[in-house]
Amino acid sequence: MANPNGIGAAVRRREDFRFLTGQGTYTDDIDRPGQTYAYILRSPHAHARIRGIDLSGVSDAPGVVAIYTGQDMAADGVKSLPCGWLIHSRDGSPMKEPAHMPLAVDKVRHVGDSVAVVIARTRGQAQDAAERIVVDYEELPAVIDMNATLAPGATSVHDDVPGNLCYDWHLGDEAAVDAAFAKAAHVTKLDLVNQRLVPNAMEPRVAIGEYDRATGEHTLYTTSQNPHVIRLLMGAFVLGIPEHKLRVVAPDVGGGFGSKIFHYAEEAIVTWASRRAGVPVKWTSDRSEAFLTDAHGRDHLTHAELALDADGTFLGLRVRTTANMGAYLSTFSTSIPTYLYATLLAGQYRTPAIYAEVKAVFTTTTPVDAYRGAGRPEACYVIERLVDNAARELGIDKAEIRRRNFIPADAFPYATPVALTYDTGRFDICLDEALKMIDYDGFPARRAEAKARGKLRGIGLSSYIEACGIAPSNVAGALGARAGLYESAEVRFHPTGSVTVFTGSHSHGQSHETTFAQIVADKFGIPIETVEIVHGDTAKVPFGMGSYGSRSLAVGGSAIVKAIDKVVNKAKKIAAHMLEAAETDIEFSDGRFTVAGTDKSLGIGDIALSAYVPHNFPLDELEPGLDEQAFYDPKNFTYPNGTQVCEVEIDPDTGTTRIVNFVAADDFGRVINPMVVEGQVHGGIVQGIGQALFEHAVYDPESGQLLTGSYMDYCMPRADDLPSLQVTYHEEAPCTHNPLGVKGCGEAGTIGGAAAVMNAVVDALAEFGVGHIDMPATPEKVWRVIQAGKMPMAAE
Amino acid sequence: MYGFDYHRPGSVADAAALLAKTEDAKLLAGGQTLIPTLKQRLAQPSDLVDLGRIPELKGIREEAGGLTIGAMTTHAEVASSPVVAGVIPALAQLAGLIGDRQVRSRGTLGGSICNNDPAADYPAGLVGLGATVRTSRREIAAEDFFTGMFETALEPDEIVVAVHFPKPDRAGYAKFRNPASRYAMVGVFVAQRGAEVRVAVTGAGPSVFRAGAMEDALAKGFDPAALDGATVDADGLNGDIHASAEYRAHLVGVMAKRAVAACG
Repeated sequence: MANPNGIGAAVRRREDFRFLTGQGTYTDDIDRPGQTYAYILRSPHAHARIRGIDLSGVSDAPGVVAIYTGQDMAADGVKSLPCGWLIHSRDGSPMKEPAHMPLAVDKVRHVGDSVAVVIARTRGQAQDAAERIVVDYEELPAVIDMNATLAPGATSVHDDVPGNLCYDWHLGDEAAVDAAFAKAAHVTKLDLVNQRLVPNAMEPRVAIGEYDRATGEHTLYTTSQNPHVIRLLMGAFVLGIPEHKLRVVAPDVGGGFGSKIFHYAEEAIVTWASRRAGVPVKWTSDRSEAFLTDAHGRDHLTHAELALDADGTFLGLRVRTTANMGAYLSTFSTSIPTYLYATLLAGQYRTPAIYAEVKAVFTTTTPVDAYRGAGRPEACYVIERLVDNAARELGIDKAEIRRRNFIPADAFPYATPVALTYDTGRFDICLDEALKMIDYDGFPARRAEAKARGKLRGIGLSSYIEACGIAPSNVAGALGARAGLYESAEVRFHPTGSVTVFTGSHSHGQSHETTFAQIVADKFGIPIETVEIVHGDTAKVPFGMGSYGSRSLAVGGSAIVKAIDKVVNKAKKIAAHMLEAAETDIEFSDGRFTVAGTDKSLGIGDIALSAYVPHNFPLDELEPGLDEQAFYDPKNFTYPNGTQVCEVEIDPDTGTTRIVNFVAADDFGRVINPMVVEGQVHGGIVQGIGQALFEHAVYDPESGQLLTGSYMDYCMPRADDLPSLQVTYHEEAPCTHNPLGVKGCGEAGTIGGAAAVMNAVVDALAEFGVGHIDMPATPEKVWRVIQAGKMPMAAE
Repeated sequence: MYGFDYHRPGSVADAAALLAKTEDAKLLAGGQTLIPTLKQRLAQPSDLVDLGRIPELKGIREEAGGLTIGAMTTHAEVASSPVVAGVIPALAQLAGLIGDRQVRSRGTLGGSICNNDPAADYPAGLVGLGATVRTSRREIAAEDFFTGMFETALEPDEIVVAVHFPKPDRAGYAKFRNPASRYAMVGVFVAQRGAEVRVAVTGAGPSVFRAGAMEDALAKGFDPAALDGATVDADGLNGDIHASAEYRAHLVGVMAKRAVAACG
């Protein structure tokens, strides 16, 4: 009897009742007794030396409890915020890793850099007092443009990193690529800007530090995707607090998209200040601070070339990328344009030779790190833009050129030339399904109909693949990760039959409380109502690595399955004892333990009760209790993939692009909850569309000010910008190496989305001789290329 | 936000008296610009005079064949008013294009025109329709009211009471929204009354202005095609990260044609 709320069921989100009725507990909803408020004075300059800070009169301001500067923290032994991934340059030298002090000590390096903290009885008082602080800045030139920062004589962002180069890294076989290009019949070339984005989670960041003088314990409540990682980074590297004296709680979190993975200065500031000042300290970011201080995403400049033979077979790919790190190295920043980007450049194709060079640079801008997709959208954009252009240049249908180059179903496991081994895939199924959904064959008629109305219609494909389920710890470690990337779970069966699951994974919108409970209900054959999922508190859950890189289900879900298996094995021992049978004769199914070939059986609830009431247990053979823990370290990445197709209509009079249809056919392996998957794909696609058409973090190149520092200028996609999305999936190629056969779906929409839209935009503009247009395809940019394309006609 | 004294007078006279006797008082209408400005500590008024409880500032009524709309009437009220839809439907349409649902529910006609944001919609409607602004002291023609970027002809203690819109023979508004803010990157209001044609442009310049060449062209033949070749000069128009002056000048032409087409 299938569990109605088990694996594969579209169970409604159990967490929604508290969210929709305003009863969620977000970090800002938490108030501690005696709590004070921190206001962080931030740099108005992109780059300046701090000659002095005049605090006179500040402590006299009403309500002020304490004021601290970077000097105070440094004098107390506070260290730099660490970077979690060490990259080596091609010459073998380690990346440049300049210090990132929680409060600036000598220089400020981006607008919004933290300079001092005022702690007061109210937030308003803290802000009032901070306005009395006088900082003597010696302004230095802003360094914004990535090419300018590498130019000889450029101002150094860090005095100990002259030249502003963090690393110069490469991957792949350069000689093989050169040979491939030498014999190519055609080379498609593109210069691409993958523009900087601001993540914009709905909930701004919040941190509350609380120190208990009686026990010496510190507690940090924070908006984090991975509380254990924060505890490790902040405790071990920044503040020197051992794990048993530091608890990190990440309660309900309102969206992360990567931006809440990282260890931020404010977390260290409030934790340290709460001990120093002897009061709980709360800091809540406002939206303006979020724009300036949440780690940004993307920001690549890329030159890419694809070599093809005459029939459109890919021979080689050459990619040269400069990646902006911003002013400091955020937690995972260095891995994004390397191991999460260049390793994905094979895409879904059999390209035999690939070579990538990546330079990472410092600029006087907000740090850049993982943002939904993290490196993989950038890789997909490079590949899929090249493929669509190559098809156009060679006169091959864009679906056909993909089909010709796909890694075929019988070629798996497939080792790419860029370090990954794809375990499985059926790329043809997704392509066929997506083409059918959008009525690809009917496009020429739709284009003609649009033209009759004076509109330009275009269609674009994006066949993406991603490496998710991060990651086998041994592989990550060999590539420079300074952490393991397993996940933890504890499954605790209670005496009367309910179950609490503690997961090291973290839900900030992903629906763990529903989907993880479905797995548990399914495996144990129990009602979903008897299962509770607990996450987000280092005092409750075993050491876990958190949620990012579409890893929750593939790694965290697998850890739960492993713990469930241990519980079942233990329960079998108990059942064998109670039923007076051999353990090997006990079979478990649908919640019952049965002696094979007999009608003797016990429900799992009976076993649980007896586990905690072990009146006649043979205690030398059988321990009481039914509570097991597991750590799961994946054997490989998972490789979600799919094809998205976008159809746009452009108004040539204004240059406005309207998305008229968008479809996605995906392979996420086995699907636990189709409704949740659909929701995640929708959200992901919208973020891809956002990058393609609307979003762009723009700095003034002279002053270094963020010009798009609010929603008045930073354009987020809205419902009326979007079509009704059509999404589907297949389950023909489940992951081969995790117990659930799952791959992850959280980032897929974003990874493929921007390329699909931009391919459609370029397709619509092709008649004007347009080969490329950079994101975001704003109305003015589109109008200008149309005007430029009209020029020869005007000259006739 | 910084501290201030809050007042809620019951009449225009009381409000004007409060304005006259305080140094840095600000009038609070719908608060859709002022409140965010205060929250960001970009303004520090000594006093806020809330106009929200003054009955004489509210309401929509037909008057002399046109419309008189109280200064504290919200955009949502104008957008959904059967009276406005019957007399000047283009004005209801304009109000329905302002901001989003929340902004339209709080923002007011008086607040919008007194702020005179260069990208606001109402200034185009007032100038396009040849409206008259009625204040606590006098009547001011719309063209004389809007004097520059965020500037109006109002005296420091003068309060807008209502706006009177004469009924046009036909009118239309076309707006090209800034995709981020949803303000007008360019908005063009076109109206014809008898022999007179007005083309009022917002969003494109430092303040609302009339496009004379377009008015002349339409006076000869009120048809979108009549605007072929009638342009506005990009010199002096706004340029920013969203749109250059040149592109805005182009959009004025496109939106003017659409506004004419919308006149029916």
